[in-house]
Amino acid sequence: MSISNWKYNTEQSLVENHGLKHDEFESIVEGLGREPNLTELGIFSAMWNEHCSYKSSKYWLKKLPTSGDRVVQGPGENAGVIDIDDGDVAVFKMESHNHPSFIEPYQGAATGVGGILRDVFTMGARPVANLNALRFGEIDHPKTKHLLSGVVEGIGGYGNCIGIPTVGGEVNFHPSYNGNILVNAMTVGIAKKDKIFYSAAAGIGNPVVYVGSKTGRDGIHGATMASAEFDDDSEDKKPTVQVGDPFTEKLLLEACLELMKEEAIIAIQDMGAAGLTSSSIEMASKGNVGLEIDLTKVPMRAQNMTAYELMLSESQERMLMVIDPTKESLARNIFRKWDLEFEVIGKVTDTKNLVLNMNGKEEACIPINILVEDAPEYQRDYVIREPSKRIKIIQDQFDQKTIIPDLIEMISHPNLCSRKWIWEQYDHMVMADTIVRPGSDAAVVRVHGTNKGIAISTDCSPIYCKHNSFEGGKHAIVETWRNIIASGALPIAVTDCMNFGNPEKPEIMGEFVECIRGMAESCSYLNYPVISGNVSLYNETNGVGIYPTPAIGGVGLIKDLSKTMTIGLKNEGNIICVIGETSGHLNMSQYLSIIKNKEEGCVPEINLKIEKKNGMFVLDCIEGHLTVSVHDIGEGGLLIAMSEMCMAGNLGVQIEVKKEFLHAYLFGEDQGRYLIEVSEKNYEKVIALAKDYSIYIEKLGVVGGTDLKINHLNKVSIAQLVEKNSEFFEKYTGE
Amino acid sequence: MKSKVIVFPGSNCDRDVAVAIKKISGSEPQMVWHKETSLSNSDLIIVPGGFSYGDYLRCGAIASTSPIINEVVKKANEGVPVIGICNGFQILIETSLLDGALIRNNSLSFICRDVYIKSENQTSIFTKKTNIAKMPIAHNEGNYFASDETLKKIVGNDQVAFKYCNQEGEITSQSNPNGSLENIAGILNDRKNVLGLMPHPERAAESALGCDDGKYIFESILS
Repeated sequence: MSISNWKYNTEQSLVENHGLKHDEFESIVEGLGREPNLTELGIFSAMWNEHCSYKSSKYWLKKLPTSGDRVVQGPGENAGVIDIDDGDVAVFKMESHNHPSFIEPYQGAATGVGGILRDVFTMGARPVANLNALRFGEIDHPKTKHLLSGVVEGIGGYGNCIGIPTVGGEVNFHPSYNGNILVNAMTVGIAKKDKIFYSAAAGIGNPVVYVGSKTGRDGIHGATMASAEFDDDSEDKKPTVQVGDPFTEKLLLEACLELMKEEAIIAIQDMGAAGLTSSSIEMASKGNVGLEIDLTKVPMRAQNMTAYELMLSESQERMLMVIDPTKESLARNIFRKWDLEFEVIGKVTDTKNLVLNMNGKEEACIPINILVEDAPEYQRDYVIREPSKRIKIIQDQFDQKTIIPDLIEMISHPNLCSRKWIWEQYDHMVMADTIVRPGSDAAVVRVHGTNKGIAISTDCSPIYCKHNSFEGGKHAIVETWRNIIASGALPIAVTDCMNFGNPEKPEIMGEFVECIRGMAESCSYLNYPVISGNVSLYNETNGVGIYPTPAIGGVGLIKDLSKTMTIGLKNEGNIICVIGETSGHLNMSQYLSIIKNKEEGCVPEINLKIEKKNGMFVLDCIEGHLTVSVHDIGEGGLLIAMSEMCMAGNLGVQIEVKKEFLHAYLFGEDQGRYLIEVSEKNYEKVIALAKDYSIYIEKLGVVGGTDLKINHLNKVSIAQLVEKNSEFFEKYTGE
Repeated sequence: MKSKVIVFPGSNCDRDVAVAIKKISGSEPQMVWHKETSLSNSDLIIVPGGFSYGDYLRCGAIASTSPIINEVVKKANEGVPVIGICNGFQILIETSLLDGALIRNNSLSFICRDVYIKSENQTSIFTKKTNIAKMPIAHNEGNYFASDETLKKIVGNDQVAFKYCNQEGEITSQSNPNGSLENIAGILNDRKNVLGLMPHPERAAESALGCDDGKYIFESILS
């Protein structure tokens, strides 16, 4: 857009600096019937950026299945809600904090945790578990070590202090994240089904209350930054990163939960991205009412803050509420007890406008519907790349003698090694309900005071998503489903965090479209809907996008915790069976990537019919107490899964395989497979049940000794595996 | 048994310890907000773990000036059993009820994992039922330190309650998770009615959580 076409009094550069396009500005002028003032421009910028408006993704997100028998609240609220019986619900969501974490890893990650926690307790739930999904660049990249240490410390720093256990997550290293790491944080909370709180403002004249910390100048325009690509000067954006205070958040959590018992709150919304702007507009829009706010009443940390700054600050640990006016003093006393700010800053009106006053002067007046319903929505152009083609892998090029050295190299690799160094920096046991700790397929957290639990897992394979976005999308959903099954839980629903590059590039938009299509297919077939989520686009630096990364957080229910399953081998003499057929899919595998340094071939396809059958069979075995340990076979293939079971249980195994192409059998990444450990006594029952289900099962070996042995030829001690598996992080970060 | 759990802003193991005590003793502990000023009728006072006042300034320093602390000190001096766990241990040190200091872990990172501890003192009301016990630690500042003089005093007076050890009960440097002087995991006061320890017995008080060795500490007091 050249300057000569610009016909407005507002400077064109000012509009552009607010991330608004020419036609977007035109529709603002049209909606208001005048040009916006600076405060109003800031508000439009905050509401219409990609992060808050979902303008590029909205159309496609609607294609995901979001309903189901147990869905109490799907996408659109602060978090999704599922029924977990007995009047209890689980409330959860995953959110990205990628851009801030790249600029300032500790605070970026910490406030990411703080933000997602608020989303969950805003709904009336006590948070019981945190998880995360992290992607970093290659380990030799000069920034990776600093970013890894900072992010892990930041997640721990916030979660440990507030006292919510961080029970699981995933970490990957890949060059596509060199200039743009991903930090996705997930929180799960528990509430009563009849005590869920929503954000729709109601009751004309009711007070609008500001609670929590004071507002400062931190994080102004954070959401706009999160909707732009990075360049080499991104470090200069440090002032847009917020600073977290987990102590205040703990007080806010306790104060909110205490007030929620009192029937005083009519609506509540946390001040996350775009702070006071998005929270007030969200509440007004959902309630189809107007709000009038006196900004002079907002508790301020800095002097002489302007209306513009107050509306766009992303200071942390703040909430906005509409309360019952008869309960005002009760509410005030609760917040006073917890030494938090409590200020009536406005009221609900019937004008359907957002009106902001300051020092007796009107600073803004915007009809809510222009901000929300008239927000831009794009159907961006997209092109779908051909999935990468199968390559021929010739058996003659493999020597069976390399199997053990290859295994050792793989389990030592940053992408497959033990994550203990990370999770030991997270308090994963506070609240004393962690039944399965990090390091198993899914974490299991007991519902406090009951004998039931929820199983939670986060997953995604960006390599699959890059080379076949449809199968990759399918896989991300299925991988969490499998992990939840393997822990003995019935999978119920997922949250997604869609991390992609610049959606204005048709090939990136194509990746998004295909990932969604794949996810939708798995979700529908497995009756495993998406109930909340977040989209993070523009994950690019200097024009290079990240691999498509739809990180998924799945949640399942275990009705009886005595049926919880873990991956560690339990008893000598037990039999290991493989569920699901192995064709030896080495294309696009971790084996090729780690051992042969090749990212090549076709992505393994998932047959959802077989997937579901195999999963239900495994769950039935667990229900019937027929297995004592279960592990799904994921990245790296069967032998990686087997050695993880050995290491977790500190027991050996004798594997007998009569396959010509042993590498393909042991390292192939065929889908829909599990390893189960069965006692000799139950073996026939399991075989009979497998026949009933008509699923493929084969015997792999027998548990025993202190070595992992393959066909009496190759062996390695479990002690050596453990040593190699646990080396990387400590060495890397200690250097 | 009338037990009291002190709750500071930022305490986060208050509920966990209350649940464990209820499970073991059958009676519900009373939660006492830090702004209160009375602890009458207490048979046991617990200062729980967490991040009181966000660990700002120095762990436990701000909490040690809370109104309730005068009463905790008074009761301790009267002989009422007091346990400080993790942040509670840090607070009791700040009040000078216990000797020494807790500095940053020698790894300079937060550590959450199971450790083994062994009772050194075997006669106090807290330690008479425990020998080698497995329980988790979760802290950033649990590295026990004391001057030579103080160390000599607490060792000579049998005030070392627990030391970090391996599964076999051997006190080794490998089993010391945080660099604590002489592997010290917990100490007693002179009179042996005040215990501070870094490990979390309340997180290891039922087998569903992976281990129930922690209950012996509570059983020891309650018996």
